[in-house]
Amino acid sequence: MESLSNRSIQVSNKKMTFMERIYLPAIIGGMIVTFKHIFKKKATIKYPEQKRPVSDVYRGKHVLKRDENGAERCTACGLCAVACPAEAISMVAAERKNSEENLYREEKYAAVYEINMLRCIFCGLCEEACPKEAIFLTTEIVPTYFERKDFIYGKDRLVEQVDNRVDITKRQIKQSSNA
Amino acid sequence: MDALILIKIIIILIIFAITLFIAMYSTYAERKVAAVMQDRIGPNRAGPWGILQPLADGGKMFFKEDFIPALANKKLFIIAPGIAMFTALMTSAIIPWGGTITMFGYTFDLQVADVDIGILYILGVVSMGVYGIMIGGWASNNKYSLFGAVRSSAQMISYELAMGLSILAVVMTSGSLSLKDIVEAQDGGKWNVLYQPLAFLIFIVCAFAECNRAPFDLAECESELIGGYHTEYGSMKLGFFLFAEYINMFISSAVISVLFFGGYNFPFMHELGLSPNALTITGTLVFFAKIFFFIFFFMWVRWTLPRFRYDQLMHLGWKSLIPLAILNLMITGGFLLLKDLF
Repeated sequence: MESLSNRSIQVSNKKMTFMERIYLPAIIGGMIVTFKHIFKKKATIKYPEQKRPVSDVYRGKHVLKRDENGAERCTACGLCAVACPAEAISMVAAERKNSEENLYREEKYAAVYEINMLRCIFCGLCEEACPKEAIFLTTEIVPTYFERKDFIYGKDRLVEQVDNRVDITKRQIKQSSNA
Repeated sequence: MDALILIKIIIILIIFAITLFIAMYSTYAERKVAAVMQDRIGPNRAGPWGILQPLADGGKMFFKEDFIPALANKKLFIIAPGIAMFTALMTSAIIPWGGTITMFGYTFDLQVADVDIGILYILGVVSMGVYGIMIGGWASNNKYSLFGAVRSSAQMISYELAMGLSILAVVMTSGSLSLKDIVEAQDGGKWNVLYQPLAFLIFIVCAFAECNRAPFDLAECESELIGGYHTEYGSMKLGFFLFAEYINMFISSAVISVLFFGGYNFPFMHELGLSPNALTITGTLVFFAKIFFFIFFFMWVRWTLPRFRYDQLMHLGWKSLIPLAILNLMITGGFLLLKDLF
C-alpha cells in the first residue's frame, strides 16, 4: 500500500553483524555522545535568581487598579466573582462615606476583597468580566507559602500602591475608552 | 615494633576516613556527572557549587523514620546493611596505596597488610558482598526485594567466574598473588593493560556487574523493581546500602588501577630524580588520580548505557565473558611457555 505521509519506516529484523554483537563500537559511540554533552550549554534556569521571560499578557498574580487620582476603581459589583470558574473570588461591598471620595471612585466599593490563590486557575475571566477595568492579572508569579491561609490574598496584597503603580497598558484592549 | 603497629593503625584510620570521604563525595560527583551529561547543572544550593550536598543528604537520611516492616525478619533486616558496609570497607586493607616512606627512623609501606594471597582475599571479600544484598532482599519479605536479591546473587556469582579467570592471566604474567608484587612488576610503564587488554576488558565489565552498577544494576532497577533489594529500607539503613555501593565503586577503581594501570607507578618516575619520600607521595597522588578517573568512568558508563535484560546479562556472562577469559588464559599461558622455551 502506498504511504500517504511518507513518514513510515520499514522495520527490519535482520540478524546483528559481529561488530554489532560485541557491543563495544556502539558503547564507545554512545560514550562519545554523552561526553560531548558535558560541554553543551545548560538548559537550566536557576529560578529564584534567574527568571524565564514571560509574555506581556502572562496571567499571573492579580492587581486591583486605582484610577489617575489614586482612588480604587472596584465597585464590588461581583461580576468577577460570578465569572470565576474556580470560585476563588469573594468580596463584601460597602457604601462610600462623604469624606472618602479620594479613596474610592464610585459610591460603592469593596470593603473586603479576597482571592484564594490556591483555587485560582489564572484563566483571566475576572479581568474580562470587570466593567470598571479594576482587576487585572500581572506578570508576577504567586510565590509559595507554608500555610494555606497565606494563599488567601486580601486587599492589602491586591490593591496597587499609590506610589508604585502596576503597568497594565500592554494587556488592555486598544480601543478602550476610560483606561 | 609497637611503633610500626601504631603506624599501621594510623594508616588504617586514614584509609577509612578517605574511603568514607570519597564515597560521600561520589554521591555528589554522580549527581553532577549525571547533570552535566544531561545538559543540567546539578546540585548547587547547599554551599558553593553545592559541595555541602552530601552532608545535607546524610542529615536527611539520619532524621528519617527508621521503619521496619511488620512482616520483615527483624534481625536479618537490621544486619544486612551492616554486612554490605562491612564487606565494602574490608577490601581496602590490602590495596597498596603507595610505595615506602621513611619517617622518624621507620620505614613502612603505605599499605595496611601486604598479604601473599592478596587477590584471593579480594575475590573472597567481594563474593561475601552478595550476602548483604541477599539477606537484605530476603529479610524484607517483599516480592520486589526478593526479585532484586535473586537477580543480584545470580549476577554476582556468574560474573565472579569471569572476573577470577581474567585476574588469573594477570597473576600469570606477574608471577604473584600479592598486590604489592603485581604493582612492582608493572614498574617503568609496563602496565598490564598493554599486555592484557582482553583481561582488562573482561575485568572492568565484571567489576561493573559486581558493583551492581549500570548497565548491570538489575538488583535495584527502579523502573522495574521499585528499588530492588532495598525497596523496604529507609533512613540510614538505606543510606548504608547506597554508601556501600559507592565504597565498592571506589575500591573497584582502586583494584582496576592496581591490576592494570600500574597502581602508584607512573611513566618516567625514576627519571625525575625525586627523593624516595617525594616519589612515594607523588605515586600515591597519581594512584588517586587513576582512581578518580575510573570513578568518573563508572558514572560515565552509567549515564550512557541502558540496562541489560536478565537473559542478556546471563548470556553475556556465561557465553561470552567466561569463554573469552579462558581463551585469554590459554593464550597467556602459551606465551609464557614459549618465553621459557626460547
